[in-house]
Amino acid sequence: MTDCKSLVRELADKYGRERASLLPILQGVVARNKYLSDTCMTDIAKELDLSAAQVYGTATFYSFLDIEPRGEYVVRVCKTITCDMHGKKTIVQTLEDMLKIKVGETTPNKKFTLLETNCLGWCHEGPAMLINDTPYSGLTTEKVHDIISEFIKK
Amino acid sequence: MSDQTLKRVDLIFGEYSNEKYKVLATTLARTNEDILKDILESGLRGRGGAGFPTAMKWKFTAEAPGDEKYVVCNADEGEPGTFKDREILLRVPRKVFSGMAICGRVIGATKGLMYLRGEYKFMVPELEKELDIYHEHMKELGLNFQIEIRMGSGAYICGEESALFESMEGGRGEPRNKPPYPTTSGFMKKPTVINNVETFVNVLMIMRLGPDQYKKLGTTDSRGSKVFSVSGDTPIPGIYELELGMPLDRFVEEFGDGDTKAVQVGGASGFCVPRKKFKDTVIGFEGVPTGGSMMIFNSSRSMYNVLHNYLEFFEEESCGQCTPCRVGCQQLLKGIVAVKKGEKKAAYLDQLMKLSESMKITAKCGLGQSVANSFSSIVNNFKEEMIY
Repeated sequence: MTDCKSLVRELADKYGRERASLLPILQGVVARNKYLSDTCMTDIAKELDLSAAQVYGTATFYSFLDIEPRGEYVVRVCKTITCDMHGKKTIVQTLEDMLKIKVGETTPNKKFTLLETNCLGWCHEGPAMLINDTPYSGLTTEKVHDIISEFIKK
Repeated sequence: MSDQTLKRVDLIFGEYSNEKYKVLATTLARTNEDILKDILESGLRGRGGAGFPTAMKWKFTAEAPGDEKYVVCNADEGEPGTFKDREILLRVPRKVFSGMAICGRVIGATKGLMYLRGEYKFMVPELEKELDIYHEHMKELGLNFQIEIRMGSGAYICGEESALFESMEGGRGEPRNKPPYPTTSGFMKKPTVINNVETFVNVLMIMRLGPDQYKKLGTTDSRGSKVFSVSGDTPIPGIYELELGMPLDRFVEEFGDGDTKAVQVGGASGFCVPRKKFKDTVIGFEGVPTGGSMMIFNSSRSMYNVLHNYLEFFEEESCGQCTPCRVGCQQLLKGIVAVKKGEKKAAYLDQLMKLSESMKITAKCGLGQSVANSFSSIVNNFKEEMIY
């Protein structure tokens, strides 16, 4: 995990110190550290001359801006209607069995977090999931096995 | 109604011109008045779902006082069952940038922003590469119009235009009161044109074909073609560019699996059309409007489960700012569960229907207002499934 103060400064140099820079900075921290700690949000507030409440308010609005620690690989399975119709439950079950965690949990080695999310925009190839930023669609039990096995090796 | 109902159109996804940004270059040689006249003449209406006449939006923004103006491309495609904007941006990004640039010239903006949903972050490297090419060409053409990509972070409501501005300004994605409209007070409270990805491409197509040829597609109320996202119980899910104004029964004939029970037109915030109404339903602004989402359900599907899934979606995605939507979505969900379990009498559905009607007139933005669309169309047409 990168030290928050220097990371925030680096991001602020890149995106600016305006209020409008807040979202890209929050996104940048999550991309690097996987979540926004309280300290980090306070650092951002100081760097952008905002109140901590303003930073917290924005951060907690967005489902991809996590404020609790997440694993190195965040798996988000789409739970919206067409993916649900095409076997999302089996996919989630497979992931839970492989990772030995339930939806919403993180593996003890902090490598994987399993979450459900709303429509990912892969309705024609459902079920679908995101692992960090990469989408995987047309999922079957076998396909999930192959994908996750690769990630476990990493 | 058009005679050639389900003609496949190859307009938006058609080949690029041989020379990069050729149509844009020829368009920029024309006057702003001329360009606006063509768009007005074409009858183009916004492709995000609401269908506001594009030429009027641009004209109002061009006429709005102030030197600082913005062009925003709404690529926060979040409606369940919609994935056309991703395909457009992956396959013909230059056409989108060109449409934005034309808009910039017409309204007098030097800055364009594309708000891309967080779920599509994987596309950014490719888009940035294309943007570099775009910016080089603009230098040659002498047009000062820079385009920048901004990312969303997983919030459906940010597709609502004023929530999108709030988000880009670094705030919570909570919709603003309207008026003022974006044409006078949009991004950074400056006059802003905000259009869907597909709308910008359509503008370029009008510039390429001319309004007369463009107008030959579609019907009087719904000019042009539309990119449809087809999913659900269909043997051929995917992206299809079709003429607007087609009857739903023809659509189902072509895309259904032979056992189609209902089609959800326009996503979770759209309308559910049951089989008996396929014949009388037209897809377009004169009938059932859609941002392109067409979800097909066959007779094996429980419409209760479908509605339950939609309501869960809305309950989570409601920004929580206004009471009708925040509490309404929760109560509708709780209500149908209680009726299904037998904890409430079937007549309770009527009360829930009244609640959804209240949300339609009192919610602050399109999210809360449109929950009633799917709620009443599913409950009215599939009442037995809600109860037993």
